[in-house]
Amino acid sequence: MSQLTFAPPVPAPEAEALRAEVRAFLAAELPPVSAPDRLRLGGRDPAFSRKVAARGWIGMTWPKRYGGRERSALERYVVQEEMLAAGAPVAAHWVADRQSGPNILRNGSEAQKNFFLPRIAAGECSFCIGMSEPDSGSDLAAARTRAAPVQGGFLVNGRKIWTSNAHCADYMILFCRTGEKSEDRHAGASQFIVDLRTPGITVRPIIDLAGLHHFNEVIFEDMFLPEESLLGGLGDGWRQVSGELAFERSGPERFLSSFRLMVELTAALGAEPSERAAMALGRLVAHVMTLRRLSRSVAGMLQAGREPAVEAALVKDLGTSFEQEVVEIARTLIEDEPAPGSADALAAVLAHLVQHAPSFSIRGGTREILRGIIARGLGLR
Amino acid sequence: MSAAHDLLTDSAERLFGTLCDQAVGAAAEAGVWPEALWRAVEAAGFTEALVPEECGGSGIGAAEACGALAVAGQFAAPIPLAETMLARRFLARAGLPPIAGPLTVAPVDRRDAVTLERAGAVWRLGGRVRRVPWARQAAALVLVTTHDGEAMLVALAVPAERIVAGRNLAGEPRDDVTLDGLIVAENVAPAPGGCTRDDLLAAGAALRAQQIAGAAASVLAMTLRYAGERVQFGRPIGKFQAVQHNIAMLAGETASAAAAADMAAAAFEKLDPLAIAAAKLRAGEAASRVAALAHQVHGAIGFTREFALQNATRRLWSWREEFGKEAHWAERLGRAAVAAGGDGLWAMITAAG
Repeated sequence: MSQLTFAPPVPAPEAEALRAEVRAFLAAELPPVSAPDRLRLGGRDPAFSRKVAARGWIGMTWPKRYGGRERSALERYVVQEEMLAAGAPVAAHWVADRQSGPNILRNGSEAQKNFFLPRIAAGECSFCIGMSEPDSGSDLAAARTRAAPVQGGFLVNGRKIWTSNAHCADYMILFCRTGEKSEDRHAGASQFIVDLRTPGITVRPIIDLAGLHHFNEVIFEDMFLPEESLLGGLGDGWRQVSGELAFERSGPERFLSSFRLMVELTAALGAEPSERAAMALGRLVAHVMTLRRLSRSVAGMLQAGREPAVEAALVKDLGTSFEQEVVEIARTLIEDEPAPGSADALAAVLAHLVQHAPSFSIRGGTREILRGIIARGLGLR
Repeated sequence: MSAAHDLLTDSAERLFGTLCDQAVGAAAEAGVWPEALWRAVEAAGFTEALVPEECGGSGIGAAEACGALAVAGQFAAPIPLAETMLARRFLARAGLPPIAGPLTVAPVDRRDAVTLERAGAVWRLGGRVRRVPWARQAAALVLVTTHDGEAMLVALAVPAERIVAGRNLAGEPRDDVTLDGLIVAENVAPAPGGCTRDDLLAAGAALRAQQIAGAAASVLAMTLRYAGERVQFGRPIGKFQAVQHNIAMLAGETASAAAAADMAAAAFEKLDPLAIAAAKLRAGEAASRVAALAHQVHGAIGFTREFALQNATRRLWSWREEFGKEAHWAERLGRAAVAAGGDGLWAMITAAG
C-alpha cells in the first residue's frame, strides 16, 4: 500500500433518522450536570447507561441472538457522536460497547458470547482494558504479567497500570503472557476475561495531575482463572489486541474530547465576535467537519468488515492533535483564565481541558506509536 | 464511489498520464499553449462535465467532475479546466449559447467588482478584475455582476489590449483585465439561482479544493518514492524515524485534503456555503503543510526546477490563495457558528455532511 484512501462516508438515511431520535432522547434524559462534568468520558452514570441500553443503543450492531439489534456501524456512529457532542455520561458502557464486546463477539466462545453480550447490551456489565504495565506502555509486547497453566485453569501474577475505571468496572479483558519468550515478540500472549471480584486482585487508585481518580494500578497475586475465562485462542493475544485497537482508535471520541469547550466558547463569543475570534472559531469548525468525514469513512470500513488499523491510527493522530489545539486556541480568545470549579462554564471547562489535554495523544496509543503504524502502512517500515 | 465515478477517474488518469508530463508543464510555463492536451480533454468531455443535464449536459454529475479535476490537479495539468467547467455550467444555466474553446471566469478575487450599465440597446461594463486565470488564452470570459440589484451573467471575448499579463507561483497565466467602457451587445443574461457572484466564489473554491487534493496526493506519492530511494548514512532516508513521522503527518494532511475535497464535491450541486467554506479552508491549510513537509523530506533536490516536486507544490501555494483564502472562509464559518450559537453548533456541523 502506498497511499491510504478514505472513501467518502456512505449516505445513510436510516442513520440520519436515528440522529433525531438520539437528540430527542438526550434532550429528555441528560442528567442536569455542570459542563465540566459533562466533558469527561469519565462521566459515569449506570442508570443513564441502562436507559441507553433500553433504547437498544449498546451493542447495537451485534446479532440479535446476543442481545444486539443488528444495526449498521454507521448508525452506531451516529449514536456515539451524538452522545459525545452532548457530553452524555457514557463511561459505564463505553469500553464494553466499543471494544470488549466486539472482541468477545469476534473471538469468544459460544458460552462467553451468550453470557456477556446480552448483559453488556442491557447496560448491566462494564469492562476495563488490561493492557499497559509499569514496564510496558507503548511497547505492549513487553508485558510481563503472566498466566501460568495450572490444574483447571491459570494462575496469574503481575501488574497492570493506567487502567481506567478498574475501580468500578465489572470485568477486565486482560492481556498477558502465557508462553515462553521467543524470537517472535508477539507470540505467547493471550487474553482473558477477568471478573474483577476474583480473589487475588488489588485495585489501587492513581490520582491524575488535576486531582481526579479515573485510572488505577491493578495487582494480580496468585489469581486463579478457570480455563473458560481464556478469550480466543491460547497465544492469539497479539492478533486479538491489534484488532481491538482499530475499534479503540477510530471513533468520534478521538476528536470530540474538546467539543464542549467549542460549545462554551461559541456561546461566550456572542453574536458579534471580533474578526480574529470569528476566524479562529471558524477554523476549528472546519476541522471538526473534516475529521467527522474521515472518522465516518473508517466506520464504513468497519461496516464492510475490514480491519482499518492504519486508517484508524491516522484519524486518531489528526483528531487528538486537533483536540489539543482547540484548548490552546480557545484560551487566546478569552480574557478569563482557566478556573477549576468555576461557576463560569467556559473557565471551568478550560481548566479541565488544559490539564487533561496532554493525555489525548497518549491514551489508546501515543502519537509516536500511531505515526509508526502509519509509516508502516505507507510501506516505509 | 459509483461506477461512473471510477470510470471517469480512470479515463482521466489515462489521459493526463499520457499527455501531461513535465515537458508539457515547462512549455506551458514558457508560454506555449498545450493544444494537444486541451483537445484531448475537450474530446473526453471533461470541459462539459458540470453542465447540468436539464441544460443539455451529459449528466456526468458533480462528484464525477470533481474526481476528474482532482486527477488534473494530480498531474499538474497547465490548462483552465476548472475555469472552463464553471464557465460552461454558468452559461448553460443562464440559457446563453455555448462558446467553444477554453473559457475563464471572473471575479476570482473576492474584492473585485464589475459594473454593468445599459447603454441604449447594448451594455457597458466597468471595473477591473484581477488575476483572471488564462484570460489571454480564453475564448471568452464569463463575468458575474449585477444590474439594478439583479445578478447578471456576461460572456465576452476580451480584446488583447485590455489584458495585462501576470502569472501565479506555478507560472500559470493570471491576468488583470480592465473592463471600463467595454461595450457588449450580446451574451448578457440574468443569472439564475446558483450563478450569483457568491455562488461563483463558492463553486470556484469547491473546485480548487479538488485540485489541491489531487496535487497533495501526487506530493505524497513523490515523497514516498524519494524516501525509499534516497540513501544517507547507509539507509534509505525513509527508514529514519524522524523522516517517517514527517511523512505520516504528510499522509494525514493529504487524507484531510481529500476528505475536504469530497465534502466540497458533495456540497457542489446546492453550493452549501458552510460545507464549501470548511472544505476550502481545510484543503488550503493542508496545501501549506503538505508542501512544507514534502520539501523537508526532499531536501535540496526538491528545491530545484528540474525535480518534479515543484510542479505540485507551486500549484498548492497558488490554489490556496484563490476563490477565498483560508482566512476568508474561516471568518464566514465563524460568523455562521456564532449565529448558530453554542447550542446550535453541533447541528450546524452535522448538517454540513
